[in-house]
Amino acid sequence: MKALIIGCGRVGSSVATQLDRDGWNVVAVDEKEEALNRLGSHWGGGFVVGHGMDVDVLREAGIEEADAVVVATNGDNTNLVIGQVAQKRFDVQCVVVRVLDPARADFYRELGLRTISPTKTAIEVLTEAVRACEVPAAIREPAEARS
Amino acid sequence: MYTLVAGGGKAGANVTRSLMRMGHEVTLIEQRSDRFAQLEEEFEHQVQQGDATELYVLERAGIGRPPDLVLALTGDDEDNLIICQIAKERYGVPKTIARVNDPRNQAHFDLLGISPTVCATSSILALVEHEVPEHELIHLLELRKENLEIVEVLIDKDSPSAGKRVERLPLPDGSRLISVMRNGKAEIAVGATELQPGDQVLAILEPGKEDELRRVLLKK
Repeated sequence: MKALIIGCGRVGSSVATQLDRDGWNVVAVDEKEEALNRLGSHWGGGFVVGHGMDVDVLREAGIEEADAVVVATNGDNTNLVIGQVAQKRFDVQCVVVRVLDPARADFYRELGLRTISPTKTAIEVLTEAVRACEVPAAIREPAEARS
Repeated sequence: MYTLVAGGGKAGANVTRSLMRMGHEVTLIEQRSDRFAQLEEEFEHQVQQGDATELYVLERAGIGRPPDLVLALTGDDEDNLIICQIAKERYGVPKTIARVNDPRNQAHFDLLGISPTVCATSSILALVEHEVPEHELIHLLELRKENLEIVEVLIDKDSPSAGKRVERLPLPDGSRLISVMRNGKAEIAVGATELQPGDQVLAILEPGKEDELRRVLLKK
């Protein structure tokens, strides 16, 4: 099974190394050559320097044989375009796109793109964490007194 | 007419100014603070600050009405593409025009149905091709909506089509000769028109038929 990881930052590089360890044939793509360092010394996959909007770079990375593409550059709109290109032009079955903005993530999910919004997850987790806290009586009381 | 313009660079600001002078209602969106301050002096409340790819920014600018036209003129192709897609698919904006900064990104706009587009680089290159006669097949005009293009071909003495009538040429399906320019005079190409060396021929064809057309008209 072959996976392309577009954008090899903190998120992309970690996804890449995990899939690599799982036995996937992984190729990471990043504009900066230094991003290769994030993949560590045990990296067994490929690495292509270039921009994910560039179709020649995607081809060089092997998108035509890819079973999965993870798009995680630091630009939401860049990710949305690359994700749609992978899905509609190269017919990749599994395309997962990171979109920080929850509103755009929701909208493009409606359009049929698998978007993941870490911001949305953070909002939910943080809110839940606070709700689960023991709220000191001093803060709770005024609200109860009002009701 | 109500127009929403995304991107207040030179193109965006000039278009906004022109549309306003024509009596149209325009809202301009610019992200950069320093540029926004400049624009605000001229356009006052008709310019808003924000990232025009954020839904709440677009909504604040009135995309829900929706506008008759959205112009995506930022310096980033991915942003222009997403702005047009959101405008059309989410808010039902009937018409969008996108600026393409890097001609290599044109294919992405075509793939996602974002049309029409304007690309200064491509326009300049097409003019350069037109001015440089050694190019044998020149792209003059792309009719994106119709999926057709108009090209110009220069017939020389070695061309297999020289001395032949148009009706005898094995032109590929999906192509037609439009006109023949000879000694500075253009005539509509008909079946009986005989091509001669030095003729400048205009042809209309489906994209992808260039090579076949080139073979029929030019290659020995």
